[in-house]
Amino acid sequence: MIDDWRILMKIKSTEIVDTFAEAFKMSGSRIIITAESKQWAMAAAQSITGFATSVIGCKCEAGIEKELSADETPDNRPGISVLIFAMDADGLGKRLMERVGQCVMTCPTTACFNGLESDTTAIVGGQLRYFGDGHQSSKVLGKQRLWRIPVMDGEFVVDERFGIQDAVGGGNILILGKDQKTTLRAATAATKAMREIDGVILPFPNGVVRSGSKVGSKYKALIASSNDAYCPTLRTVSSESLVPEGVNCVLEIVIDGLSEEAVAEAMHVGLHAAAKPGIKQLSAGNYGGNLGQYHLHLNKILEAREASNQS
Amino acid sequence: MSLKLSLHTKPDVPLEADVICPDKLNGVNETAIAALTVFHGNDQTALGDFFTVKGQCDGEIQLEGDLANVKHLGSEMTIGKMIIEGDVGQHLGACMSGGEIVVEGNAHDWVAPEMTGGKITIKGNAGHLIGSAYRGSPIGMQGGEIIIHGDVKNETGNTMRGGLIAIGGNTGDFTGVNMLAGTIIVLGEMGIRNGASMKRGTIISMHHAPMIPTFSYVCTYNPTYLRMYLSYIRKLGMEVSDEQINGNYKRWIGDAIELNKGEILLYANE
Repeated sequence: MIDDWRILMKIKSTEIVDTFAEAFKMSGSRIIITAESKQWAMAAAQSITGFATSVIGCKCEAGIEKELSADETPDNRPGISVLIFAMDADGLGKRLMERVGQCVMTCPTTACFNGLESDTTAIVGGQLRYFGDGHQSSKVLGKQRLWRIPVMDGEFVVDERFGIQDAVGGGNILILGKDQKTTLRAATAATKAMREIDGVILPFPNGVVRSGSKVGSKYKALIASSNDAYCPTLRTVSSESLVPEGVNCVLEIVIDGLSEEAVAEAMHVGLHAAAKPGIKQLSAGNYGGNLGQYHLHLNKILEAREASNQS
Repeated sequence: MSLKLSLHTKPDVPLEADVICPDKLNGVNETAIAALTVFHGNDQTALGDFFTVKGQCDGEIQLEGDLANVKHLGSEMTIGKMIIEGDVGQHLGACMSGGEIVVEGNAHDWVAPEMTGGKITIKGNAGHLIGSAYRGSPIGMQGGEIIIHGDVKNETGNTMRGGLIAIGGNTGDFTGVNMLAGTIIVLGEMGIRNGASMKRGTIISMHHAPMIPTFSYVCTYNPTYLRMYLSYIRKLGMEVSDEQINGNYKRWIGDAIELNKGEILLYANE
């Protein structure tokens, strides 16, 4: 149970637990998918971000950052910006290759462009070009090399290289509510607000995860298992339970971002949006501070931005 | 402060002035610049015999006067900027690899032969052999950009292997002859025998053009990459319409007597 001394702040009637989200150093890329229409660009974006909720099981985490109008994209067509994260640059390069090749190149009318300037890059189009079986060709415009790969609806155009930069994965907030409906509504409001922040994605289904995990398991083969501390059904069973009386549902929102600042800002707007009647507490998940390189303290995030807003 | 060179004596015969280049004039004082050697025909003479020198080059050189008979300006340029207020003579920016040259008037033949980088903008017309290889040389322009708002004459991009040539007006005959790679965009009309002997590369025109028999029509489509090129040159001030960006192009490939991997794209909606 959470001791009263761990509650230092409130937003309206919702208590903010004095704790922190423990986030990890990752590598991130931004890709811009364009197509003849927003619908086709979205089809490719949804495909490339599929099965990419957690590096634990999916080797990468991905999500849609935002929609782009035609005048914001390299080829003046409607586009979608997607962020992809992995634990290191090599792994991310492999995921980009696989996913751009299988999910974007396959989708009618699409093209795929690098959306991140960085000294560190992964060769993507430069490898996918071999699909052209000798009929591929390249174009260089300024410093940008594009590959044109013949496909059955014309050509698939893809940047040779995609930028990779250090990123932050695993920022999070936990929403502890009186029932499932109320908690889900608060989580939905939070994800809506968080999606307005550039440079972040929420990799889980519709941005929300219910099966938060802890490190390790009683079963040796598993590296992660049910986060019993936040399972309402185990409130009096688990000695580690952090579910207060009156809380019957806990939902988590995980945030990956291209910077610690972007993740903190997303957490800030998410906390405010989630603080609704029926939400007893807002908290965050961590591993005692020993695993992650970033400690995002809820109180500090809220205080820093309140001070910034007042000045 | 930039260096200003004003032509006070018009040369009777071509004046070879490859010393006029930011690489060679940066940090040099007025007296030393005026004493630099230029060739008036086959006479060795001083730059000050033709130009008034004012200021010091901090990376930028401004030239004024009728320079139509002044050759090799910006030869082998790697950095800086040259702004030429009037017309300019042959071999402008020959073999340049960086920096930028802007010509407010017209340019003569051989603009940027064997260029590897940098950018040249000509607001008027230009002559023959833009971005080409010198006679007997295996490779012409390999990189950089040549943007010409007016018309040009024959053999634009002869043996070019990279970079972008954009022509706002018409071209003469043999556009992209012997082309190895790279991109030529012609917003006006092209003459005859375009792409003859080309191996790879792209020639684009917004008008119908006569095709040589060793090219074959393959399809009509909207090339995605072309949208980027057309949007780019529109930002540079060239007249490209939304219809041209979004429109379809007839794709011809050739030259079949070579690799047959070159392409000519002709706007299909005119």
